[in-house]
Order: sequence, then C-alpha cells, then structure tokens
Amino acid sequence: MSAWQPTATRTQLQRRAELLAYIRGFFSARDVLEVDTPALSAVPVSDPLLTPFATQFVPEGGGTAQHLYLQTSPEYPMKRLLAAGVGPIWQLCKVFRNGESGRRHNPEFSMLEWYRPGFDCAQLMDEVEALVLPLLPASAVARLSYARLFADKLDLDVFSASVEQLAACARQHVAFVGELSRDGWLHLLFSHVLEPDLQQPTFVYDFPASQAALARVIEDEQGRPVAARFELFVAGVELANGYWELSDAREQAARFAADRAEQQALGQTPRAPDEHLLQALEHGLPDCAGVALGFERLHMLSAGLTHIDQVLAFPLARA
Amino acid sequence: MPNYSTNEFKSGLKVMLEGDPCAILDNEFVKPGKGQAFNRVKVRNLMSGRVWERTFKSGESLEGADVMDLDMEYLYNDGEFWHFMLTDGSFEQYAADAKALGDSHVWMKEQDVYQVTLFNNAPIAVQPPNFVELPVTETDPGVRGDTAQGGNKPATLSTGAVVKVPLFIEIGDVLKVDTRSGEYVSRASA
Repeated sequence: MSAWQPTATRTQLQRRAELLAYIRGFFSARDVLEVDTPALSAVPVSDPLLTPFATQFVPEGGGTAQHLYLQTSPEYPMKRLLAAGVGPIWQLCKVFRNGESGRRHNPEFSMLEWYRPGFDCAQLMDEVEALVLPLLPASAVARLSYARLFADKLDLDVFSASVEQLAACARQHVAFVGELSRDGWLHLLFSHVLEPDLQQPTFVYDFPASQAALARVIEDEQGRPVAARFELFVAGVELANGYWELSDAREQAARFAADRAEQQALGQTPRAPDEHLLQALEHGLPDCAGVALGFERLHMLSAGLTHIDQVLAFPLARA
Repeated sequence: MPNYSTNEFKSGLKVMLEGDPCAILDNEFVKPGKGQAFNRVKVRNLMSGRVWERTFKSGESLEGADVMDLDMEYLYNDGEFWHFMLTDGSFEQYAADAKALGDSHVWMKEQDVYQVTLFNNAPIAVQPPNFVELPVTETDPGVRGDTAQGGNKPATLSTGAVVKVPLFIEIGDVLKVDTRSGEYVSRASA
C-alpha cells in the first residue's frame, strides 16, 4: 500500500457513517441536544498527564498574538453550557492529544461526550449500556468496584496498601524499569495486569479519590472516600470514562492548584486555570453526570478490529 | 553512544539494557485516558538471543549499544576460534568464539560471507548466508534411479550438520542447504 492511500477499508468508512447516524438517532430519541463547542481553547487542559497541541492566533496585518490550545476534550465548554441552563447535551468532536500514538491511540481522534443533569453514575452507566450494547457481541455489562477488582485479582486493598506493597505487587507481574508514584503503580497494575482481563464488557466504578480528576469525591458503601467515577472496558480496551461531576467551584480551584503543583514537579510550564469554567461553576452547575467515549474505539470493538488505523481514513503516519 | 527515548524505540534500534546489548523488536504505547503513559517494549538480547519484555514510563531513555552488523569472509577455525575477515578491502580480521557462533557453527564454510555482529568491536553473533553448499560425508548408500518422490534419509555434512535428503544422495555429493530451516534444497550444480 502507498502512503497516500487510506488505511480503513470502504466497508469501515461506511460503518463509521452508520455509527454516526445511530448515535444521532439515539440522542435525538432521548431529547438530548447536539451542541458544538470550539476546538481551540485559550487555556490548556489542566491534567498534567495530557499534553495539548499549542498554536497562536496572529491577527491579519500584525498585532499581539494570542496563545491557543487544541482541546483534549470538550469538557470545560460543555460544562459552561450546562451552567447556562441548556439542559442535557451531547457532542461528537475531534479532540487532540499530543504525543499519543499507537495501536489504540491517534493524536487526533473523535470523542463522544454527553452530560445528563439529574443523573448520577449508576443512571449514566445505564444509558452508556443502552448505547453500546446493541453494537457489541454481548448481552450485558458487568459492574465492579475498583477496590473489588484489585482485591479479587491481586489480593490488594487499594485503600490501605502502601507504595512499597503496590510496587512489590507490580514488579511481580510486570518487568517494569524505574520508579513510580502511588497512583503510577496503580496505573501500571491496572493497564498491564487488570485491563487485559476485562474482556467481557465491564463498568469499573468508585475510583481512588486521588484519581478523581473532575469527579466529585463521595463515600463508598463502607464509608471510604472514593471518586464518583466509572470507566467502561470491552475486550481489554478502555472505552469510556464518566463522572458524577464536581460542581463546587472552590474544590475545582483547589484541584487546578494541585494540578499546577504536579505540573511543576514534572518540570512542565505551569498551565493557567480556566477562569471561564470556574466562573460557570460559581454561577452554578446543575447536578449532573457526564461521560466521554472514544468513538474510534467503539467502532473498532463493534467491528472486531484491534488497530485504530483500521477505522481511520488517514492516521498520523499518513496525515 | 547517544541516548534514545522510548518514543525513538523503533524496531531494529540497538540499546543497552541491564548491561547487555539488545535489539528492539516491538514497542507498544499504553496509556490510560487519565494516567501515566507507558511503553511496553520487546527486545532481543543480542548476547543470549532471548526475547525480553520490559515496561518503561514514556520518556525514559536508554543508552544506544555500540553494535554493528558487518559482512565478513570466514577464513578458518583454529580449534578454539573462528576467524573472519572484513570484505571491505581492509583485510581486518576478527576472531569469534563458540558462544558467538551459537547454532551457526554447523553452517561454516571457508570463503563464504557471513554477517558478523560486533559489540564494542568484538563478535557476539554470526549469521550464515541463507544458503550454503556443503559435501556429504556420511549417509546410507544411494538408491540409483530413485530421483522422483518417495522417502528420505539422514545425511551428515562436512560440518557435522545432519539434514534429511532424498534416497539418491551419495557420499561426496555437494548439497545446497537452507540455513534458516536446515532443509535440503538440491544438489549443487558443479
């Protein structure tokens, strides 16, 4: 094959179009409004483990250039729409993550993201299940807490295990070279040992509070603090990530500050917090749950394909 | 040697890992949507020939290995070492030991050209050409006229290699053998 040619077959290009139509129909039938928010953002994503593409707006004829960043997800502007009172919304858009390329990653990909005022994680998991099940060779989606998964498969208590215990367990299972933080060891165990075994569709919920990202922290059944966050895995692939959304502006500002401390510890240029988002939260974000789902991965899983290039017309190497 | 970052780990790159030179075979990017990025790397240890799997944090780096694959003519064996000479006209000679030869020792034929892998200027591996021609030194008597299909027998070649050959092959015949599979191809045309 020559480099000018597409990597996806015509059958898969058609499948993509059919999936888009299916998703539009799904949300239209449920009265969820399709929206469009800008791909360019004035501030970079706060998560230190995501790297945005940076560019500049340069006025025609000269003037002061404005730094702009391609979105890594439409989360911040969609939350501003929610705060403005538009009700349930969904969007399918291109998102961009610098440095990410591989069997399941392309630096430019399509994200399906939607928000449901009044929903919690359990209700949103029901809706994700209703969306994806007709596309997968499965009849149900299992639900399992993060702590139970670690206890069952690795005999680890994620709440009490020390960094040393996590490291020792990880080194038993993975030939890892180097050192990691507590969450780093959890990510290593999850991605290398647990995720490959999640072959049947499974929601994993109640993540460690340290991995809350933009989810609120709640108490689990045993009264331990956990992130009100879930992820969907199918055939060992991470497909979706959802939150019962954090709506407390002060807590959000504290998390931006914690992200900035981590950015500095990692030697990154500190990223400015998104003041628009903080102002929207101060104005008031309705109680809601939201989820982001990798559209190409859904396509891959529904078609039984294992490489993202098989569902992209032109991946990075042919961009 | 320069350092190479995980994002430069392309298949074929030679790096130092745990004191041994290794060739990258495969490099998979693994990253949770929210979380640490890793590279899951498969390498062949060039000293032992074994395949290792190691996981690194994305962005870690390894020192490049001073490894070169060079064409050399095989000269002779002195009982302990196999001696080679560069084919580039420099007449520079290298001596490889049994460990470097590994399984290749049964395909050594003087004046043939081999690919010799040098690590810090010393041979660590010898790759024979895809085909070598060697005489039969031992086999059951040939069955005349049986040149079509039907049956085979073991034949020992001058290097000690044993290959399965058709029944008509006789001692003294020179055979063309595929070194990758160890299989008989044909009688060599004189």
